[in-house]
Amino acid sequence: MRNRKRTGWHRYINGINISAFFVVLFVGLPLYWLIASSFKTPANLGNSPPQFFPNPVSVGNYTDAFKNNDFGQYFINSLIVTLIATALVLILGTMAGYALGRLPMRGKFTLMVTLLIISVFPAIAVIAPLYLVLRNLGWLNSYQGLIIPYTAFNLPFAIWILRNYMLGIPKEMEETGRIDGAGPFRTLWTIILPMALPGIFTAGIFCFTACWTEFLMALTFNSANQYRTIPVGIAEFGTVFTVPYGTIFAASVVAVVPIGILVFIFRKFVISGLTSGAVKG
Amino acid sequence: MSDVSMDKVNKVYENGFHAVKDMSLDIADGEFMVLVGPSGCGKTTALRMVAGLEDITSGILRIGGKEVNDETPKERDIAMVFQNYALYPHMTVAQNIGFALKLRKLPKNELDAKVKEAAGILGLTDWLDRKPGQLSGGQRQRVAMGRAIVRQPSVFLMDEPLSNLDAKLRVQMRAEVARIQRQIGVSTIYVTHDQVEAMTMGDRVTVMRDGTLQQVDTPQNLYDSPDNIFVAAFIGSPAQNLYDATVGEGARSIKLGSQDVELPESVVLKRPGLRAYAGKEVVVGMRPEHLRAESSTSTGPKIVGEVDLVESLGSELVVHFTIDAHRVIAEGAVDKDEAAALQSGEGVARVEAKTPVKPGDRVTFSVDIEDMQFFDPKTGLAVRG
Repeated sequence: MRNRKRTGWHRYINGINISAFFVVLFVGLPLYWLIASSFKTPANLGNSPPQFFPNPVSVGNYTDAFKNNDFGQYFINSLIVTLIATALVLILGTMAGYALGRLPMRGKFTLMVTLLIISVFPAIAVIAPLYLVLRNLGWLNSYQGLIIPYTAFNLPFAIWILRNYMLGIPKEMEETGRIDGAGPFRTLWTIILPMALPGIFTAGIFCFTACWTEFLMALTFNSANQYRTIPVGIAEFGTVFTVPYGTIFAASVVAVVPIGILVFIFRKFVISGLTSGAVKG
Repeated sequence: MSDVSMDKVNKVYENGFHAVKDMSLDIADGEFMVLVGPSGCGKTTALRMVAGLEDITSGILRIGGKEVNDETPKERDIAMVFQNYALYPHMTVAQNIGFALKLRKLPKNELDAKVKEAAGILGLTDWLDRKPGQLSGGQRQRVAMGRAIVRQPSVFLMDEPLSNLDAKLRVQMRAEVARIQRQIGVSTIYVTHDQVEAMTMGDRVTVMRDGTLQQVDTPQNLYDSPDNIFVAAFIGSPAQNLYDATVGEGARSIKLGSQDVELPESVVLKRPGLRAYAGKEVVVGMRPEHLRAESSTSTGPKIVGEVDLVESLGSELVVHFTIDAHRVIAEGAVDKDEAAALQSGEGVARVEAKTPVKPGDRVTFSVDIEDMQFFDPKTGLAVRG
């Protein structure tokens, strides 16, 4: 098989490419449908047979999302909550990951297992007590009411990723830093952090995506329009009698953009960040 | 530039493992000292204690006459080259070399000048703007050296710096590291498990085993008169032929298996201790080059062996032969696989390339008996005075 020379387009036909084609189709089609539908007029949305290409192309849905609904506010809310939570997760996660990966500590194993358990803990199990806590704190309908729980829920996974990444950095890097005369903080900042960047990006993207798309807590804790985040905002576009599909599609497209940009920029880091623990040990 | 002295230094790890035992060693100012031994012998631990990366359990370490047990690596003013180089991958070559100086807040122009000078010595001038990832193994090794020499430290520590290079480059860098060390004249401790590196590079060599110092001497003395069986077996490649033997009456001959090898008076005169072994067992050591395949008519001490294998190195032949004496394997000096491959009675001789030997031949080797080494089979110590 290997030796058979194939020419022209024939050489692209092989098992791997065909599988890849179907995977892309499977994942890509809904995304395409989302984008295409967002540009359709409300009348054309329900056409049968469905329109594959929007005709006429309309941006009405977008203006509706931003003008007639408060999508702009939701977007800003999401951005504030997500960015701050991600930043907190990364700052705490990097330090914790470094400590767990590197420093001599008692009870490391127990701690790591506990973190793992927490990271798979279903949010819905704690939502009621958490609601009461936040209510008592007066944090319902506030940014911190989401930022703090988001940080708590995403931190364990981030610590795992970062700790594994730190393990892959040879300990000689720190020793050589010590010999060169760098103190512990300097070593972490100028030597370890730059080397751990792929791990940090990976953890960051996972955390960003999780916070950006979180629905349950956002719905429960921040019901006021002023503090709504995108997922809740989109869900509440409709009224009892109508579902404005076009507007929802348009808002969803805008909501996907930041994640798309992030993944596109950092894809190389993400891949190396996810695999590094496996090969370097 | 300073001398280093270790006075009964011990290292006991938390798990109770005693890695370095009562090590006393003096390294003179500007000396190139090699620590050599099989893996796990404590040589790297000893080096790391000098570096300050490992606490000293007991004993005193002095650098430049000052006790430095409790000083940080920075305060000890040492520079270290690691086996994996540990270059900062996100910094350029120039930044890597200059990092320590930058931490010392050296003015920018002075720093640049020093980095350039170090790069010049190492032939890295054209590579200063590259990142380590873009360099070859040899160049990375040089950057690691550069990072060490730019500091002009009092002591250089090197932990198997050449073991990641391929064989040819290793030989080249071996000479280069030795040259640079001589050029800058800083006391150096160099750890390796490769006895060829130890022999070729060191002013003196320290042989270690199981955390204990075995012998400290110049490479030639280690080779010619090892203190014990371990050093005898460890130093030299191919390894020394060590056999159980019995000293004959009056110490005039040695019985090696079924063969009698005559022992001239001069040999015993040089090693008076040998008389006490008359009629007793002894371990004899013969270097491969001290066995010469010669025509059977020549006089002098001889042994006869059956040739198993002939390896041609071009300049010489390495002849593997068997005699019926028991081969002594010094524990730890050869690794287990190597020991298993050694058949009982197998020996190695290095003979001239043109010698007509082939597997299956019975060859008579004349023995350079003056250079033969003798050891006590129980204590393993050399039999001399």
